[in-house]
Formats: sequence, structure tokens, C-alpha cells
Amino acid sequence: MSAVFEQILQVGFLAAIIRIATPLAFATLGEMFSERAGVLNLGIEGIMLLSAMAGFTAASLSGSLWLGVLVAVLVGALMGALHALFTVALGLSQHVCGIGVTLFCSGLAYFLYRLIFGQQSVPPSIDGFKTAPIPLLSDIPILGPAVFNQFALVYLAIIAVPLAAFVLYRTPWGLSVRMVGENPRAADSAGVSVIATRFQAVILGGALIGLAGAFLTMAQFNAFTFGVVSGRGWVAIALVVFGRWDPWRSAGAALLFAFVDALQLRMQASGLGHIPYEAFLMLPFIFTIVAMAFMSRNAVAPSALLKPFRREER
Amino acid sequence: MSAPLIEMRGITKIFGAVKANEAVDLSVAPGEILGLLGENGAGKTTLMNVLFGAYAPDAGEILVEGRPVAIHNSADALAAGIGMVHQHFHLAPRLTVLENLLIGIPGKSGRIDRARGLARLDEISRQYGLSLDPNLLVSALSVGEQQRLEIVKALFRGAKLLILDEPTAVLAPSEVDGLFAALRSMAAQGLGIIFISHKLNEVRALTHRCVVLRHGKVAGRVDHPAGTTSAEMARLMCGHEIVPPVKEASTPGAAVLTLDGISTAGHAGMLLRDVSLVVRAGEILGIAGVSGNGQRALADVISGMLPPRAGTMTIAGKTVTQFSPRELQALGLGRIPEDRMTTGLVTNLPLADSMVLPRIGTEAFSSKGLLNPAAIRAFAEAQIKAYDIRCPGPMARAGALSGGNLQKALLARELAFDPKVLIVSQPTRGLDIGAARFIHEKFLAMRAKGCGIIVIGEDLEELLMLSDRIAVMYEGRIAGTLDSADATVARLGLMMTGAGQTEEAA
Repeated sequence: MSAVFEQILQVGFLAAIIRIATPLAFATLGEMFSERAGVLNLGIEGIMLLSAMAGFTAASLSGSLWLGVLVAVLVGALMGALHALFTVALGLSQHVCGIGVTLFCSGLAYFLYRLIFGQQSVPPSIDGFKTAPIPLLSDIPILGPAVFNQFALVYLAIIAVPLAAFVLYRTPWGLSVRMVGENPRAADSAGVSVIATRFQAVILGGALIGLAGAFLTMAQFNAFTFGVVSGRGWVAIALVVFGRWDPWRSAGAALLFAFVDALQLRMQASGLGHIPYEAFLMLPFIFTIVAMAFMSRNAVAPSALLKPFRREER
Repeated sequence: MSAPLIEMRGITKIFGAVKANEAVDLSVAPGEILGLLGENGAGKTTLMNVLFGAYAPDAGEILVEGRPVAIHNSADALAAGIGMVHQHFHLAPRLTVLENLLIGIPGKSGRIDRARGLARLDEISRQYGLSLDPNLLVSALSVGEQQRLEIVKALFRGAKLLILDEPTAVLAPSEVDGLFAALRSMAAQGLGIIFISHKLNEVRALTHRCVVLRHGKVAGRVDHPAGTTSAEMARLMCGHEIVPPVKEASTPGAAVLTLDGISTAGHAGMLLRDVSLVVRAGEILGIAGVSGNGQRALADVISGMLPPRAGTMTIAGKTVTQFSPRELQALGLGRIPEDRMTTGLVTNLPLADSMVLPRIGTEAFSSKGLLNPAAIRAFAEAQIKAYDIRCPGPMARAGALSGGNLQKALLARELAFDPKVLIVSQPTRGLDIGAARFIHEKFLAMRAKGCGIIVIGEDLEELLMLSDRIAVMYEGRIAGTLDSADATVARLGLMMTGAGQTEEAA
């Protein structure tokens, strides 16, 4: 066991936490914006997969990683718009439509991938993002190499958290998002378009979820496989609750989950071989369930979450 | 004479086969408080929703300061200087006062302009005497403060005309005085106000002019409401004379319900401290008090939904302190809850199901563990006929009924089983004169039959009219009990604020 604790204190372990947390942070922030506006997006798992595939394909065909990221973000936003079309414009069940979006996106991702790349024994890969140390900051002991010698998308995630908090709490649009998620009628009578605000929030959320997908295939694995998302979307939904619909807490929740995930990876590798590795794989998810059981008691969801808004209702 | 602030000409609004408004003309001048009077369903709210842009009128036009305007949504209405305080507040409880004010207001260079918001709030507070703490969460505000916030919100957006939809329905008497003072101050400073109500004394006390609607049409206009009798205005509203029910003298019998030293643990509004009460057969005991002083806990304890921590309760001499609602009901306790839509009945189920809900599983409505749909239906049909409940039929969705008809249905369901004790909360809240009158008559009839009735209410005049004795609740205690012959609105109002407490305790 002591070997495990030694590992924790290493720079490589801290860097791993940050890397694992990055796609979770994007996805969690994306889901948070959507839910803050009152729309649960269960399409998250599928949107992540489709974005990961689309971004990978674009990068692979064009040779430009940033074009790949852009395509992933656009695909995410587009699928967000699709979910909003069903749940906001048509007022359909958010649960059913979300699962539908996930199934649709997953199927589409598999189909298009096969169509473009065929069936290959070794999945094609790309030259993904390289770590880009930030001058000066990366020289800080321990923290420097762990946090400031990372992929560009990691830095983007680090900026995205305070930015999301600023947008949500300090801008009129963010206030509108919170208001339509709490009491859409109040927003409506104040002249704010509930439908437009919800559409925007779900689309922004989709774009962030797309970024999460882009990170997986263009920085973390540099290839697309059918299991590339493997439940990260579902985890993000739990992390939003765990983070009480707040950007800072959500990012903290992502870091905590990443810590447990990094830990189990090290445990798999460090001489506890008599335990099947699947047992370690379960750890972060068990952690999520336990954490949810304790934390979500005090968590209060946005009041209008899951409730479609219709004006003429009497 | 200058052009009126707002003028509505020939407004007609049709819902399906119902003409909710028909050729209604109405105008408000700057500095004028206009009363809009009418029974439930007379078309008051529809008319105001047309003015506020929620509904498009099928005919007619709206003029603001002499110019015709098209109002398609609330944003248009706000731009035209029309603000509305809805009956159910449009606030987000988990956001702060300031955030609720600033919703939909453009920011400064992309950010919420807190500084300007605070300055405007301060200005409005001082101008009209409407003070609010900008940093409190709305959920921490009292109902009166939330209403104040709604008014400030409208003024904040530059409203020149303020529509208030039954603003006093949710307020305690002392809060009503504060509201009226603020409204008079606003009118004195040149704002126009439309005050919707069906409380005649309030309309007479506050408004300069008043328009009475009946069946969607203007039934009459009163130019000096203060100089007109309530009876005359009631006649305009209902289309016929309204005679108040006669309360016959009765000699109360033995105690049917006693509470002795009842205390409960609970959060705000759910706390009782050492409450002792007696209700005798053939007596109506009124419970007055500002809402949130333990009335709900009292109703819940008596109906068995909240087990008390200390004290005993008896029904007809039998100790029933820890009995379940079902057991209490079997002993002859009837309850009409405060909120008919949430605790009273199930809005998405057929009316008939809601009408037998407390007795589902009893022999009357089931046999061998299965429901007896025919009996349920027959019961509902009989009550619908007996109480003249206006509805498409017993299988209609309960939520589709109007408030008055729902209240009748709840009354029917309890009275059909001849309760010995009846506890009712806010029995006529939101009901029009005709429906309220009907409910009152039924209570008095039950009293004559020897039922002991507890009426929890905020409408003091109603309590004075119905009750034999009135107990006042303050901070979970009984602050004092008066014979209704000795009670006046002023005296009760004083006790409701805790002022009478020391005197009574001595």
C-alpha cells in the first residue's frame, strides 16, 4: 500500500488527475448550464461520443487538430439544439428525449466511423495535442509541471470554470438562465424569452460537451474507439448534482472524481495484482454513488428542471 | 382634459365557446386608482391579461396616452409602461431580491449593473415608502414583502400603470393598510393603478372609480365608490340582491374536541406552544392570526397529520392524541384543508375519485378489497346535484373545476358523512360572494345540527360573522379568546400582532 501513497505525491499523479478531470469538467459545466436553465440533457453520453468521433475524423482528414476541435464543438452545439428542439420548443419529456438523443448519437457515431474508416484491425490514430508548457508558471515546483505543462485544452478547461461562473452569476444572460430554471413565468413576465434562453443554454451546454468529446480523441487517446466515452457523460450528470449546480463546485467534483480514478489506475499497476483489475475500475463509480448519497441530500435542483414551459396555459 | 394613461376600447376575448370579455371599455387617468370588480369568472383577470399582452384580444384596441399600441407580450406591455402584480407571484425564490429585480434588464458592458440597480431600488424605496433588503433571498421574504417586491419590480421597469390582481387575498389586515398607503402614495405621484378585487369594502376604501364586470361585460360603473353602499355594488356584481346569512342563536352542547397543552416541534409556521382549546357541539370557533403563526400546525395536529410532542387531544371524551388521520375520521372528524389544489384533492384524477379519497377502502366505496366504481360514481353524482357543483360530470378531471366548485366538492365530501367536528382552513379564500355565501350557509346549517366547527381564517369580517368565539394565534400560542359579541376587527388585529398577549396572560 505504501507504494500507492508514494505514487500520489508524484508530479505524474497530479498531472494525471488534471488530465482525467478535463473532459469531465467540460461535460459537467455543459450539463450544468443546460440544467440551470431547466433542461436535463441525458443526451450527454451520446453527444460526447458523436463529438469525439466527428472531431477525430475532421482532424484525421484535414490534419488540423483545432479544426477537429471546432467540428466537435459545432456537432455538440447542433445536438444540443436537437435536444432543445424536442424538450424546449415541443415541450416533450426530457428523460425520453435525452435517452433518444444518446441512442441516436451513438448509433450515428458508429455508423459514420465505419463508413469513413472501414473495419480495421488496428484503429487509426492521429498525432494528438502535445503538452505545451507555460513559461514561468511551469517552473513552479510540483504544481508547475502538473498543471502548467499540459495540453492546450486543459488550459481551456481551467479558464472555462471561472468564465462559466462569471457568465452565470455576473451577466444578464446568466441571470436569465438561472431565472428560467427557477421560475420561467417570472422571466416571461419580465420580458425575457424563456424559449430562447433555454435554447441558448442547452446549445452552449452541447458545445461544452462537444469539447469534452474532442479532448478524449484528440488529446487523451488520439484515436476513436466505441468505448472512448465509457460512462463519462453519465458521471457528469452525477457531478452536476454533487457540485450543486455551481461551476466551482462542479469543477471540484470533477477533480475529486478524477483523483479517485487516477488512484485506481495506479492501484491496478502497483502490485495489487491478485485483485482483478475490474474491481479497481469500479472504484470511481462506487465513490460517485456514495458521494451522491451524502451530498445530494442538501442539493436543491433548479425548481423548473424537467418542466416544459408553455405560455397560454391557464 | 389630458388623455387617459390607458384606454381599452371594445375589448372582446373569446375562448372556444366562452366570451370571457365582450366589448369592454375602460380607462385610467394619471393619479387615479380604478377598481375592477367582479365575481370569479367575470373576466377581470382575462381583461388584464389582454392588457398585459398574455392574450391577444379578438376585437378592440388599447391606447396608451392617446396612441394606439399593439401589445403582443409582456415585453411590449412593460415598454408601454404597464406593470402587473399577478395573484401568484412571478418570483424566483432561490435568487436574491436584487436578482429578481434585474431580470431582463440589460447590463453594462456585458455585466449585471448592480450599482445602478441598487441606486434605482433605493430611489423607489424612498419615493413610495417600499423598502426591501436587496441581498435577501426571496424565499426569506414574507408574503407581504414578496408582493412589495413585485410592485417595486414593476416600478423599476418604469411602469406608469400598475395592475394588481387581488393583491389583498394573501395579506394580513395590517399588511393591507401598508399596501393601501403605498398605493395612495403612488397615485398621488401620478401613477395610474388598476385594483382588482371582489372585496367590496376594500374597493370602497381605496378606489376613486370602479368598473364592475359580470359575465365578461361591463355591468356598471361607480364614480364614487366611497359614497356607494356595498349592497349596491354587490347587486351590480351578482345581478341580484345578496342577503347575508342569518346566524341563529344556539346553545352549545358538550365539548366535542379539546386540545390540552398541545406543543409541536417544527420549522417556521409549523410550531405550536402549549395550545389549549375547546370546541363544543353546535359552536363555531374562529381561529384568527397572521398566516404563519401556527395555524397550519394546528390544523395538521387536529386532523392527525402532525403528531404533537406534548399535550393531549380528545374527541367526544376519547383520547385521540396519536391517532392517524383515518382513525380520526372514523370518529367523525372532517377536514377542509387550506390548499384545495394540493392537499384537498388530486387534480389529475376524476372528480369522483377525489370526492371519496378520504374514505377509499371503507365499506361505503369498496368490497372484498376492490373498489366499487358504481358506488363511487353514484356518491359523486348525488353530491354534484345536491351542492350544484358545476362540472362536466363526475369523471371530469378535478383540476378543471373553478375554485368555488372545488370548494363545494370538498365540503360535500366531508358533510355527507355528518362529521361531529369539522376543521376548515381559509374556507372562502379566492371565492366570489355567491360561492362564499353558499359555504357560510352550510357551516351555519352544520352548527345548527350540533357539529363543532373550527374555522381558521385571515378574513376577520368573515370570522366575526360566522364564529361564536374567536381565538387569536400568535407565534404558536393562543394569544387570547374573545366572544364574538365582544370582538371587533380592531381588537382582533391588535391581538394578532402580539399586542394583546401580556394582557391576556395576566
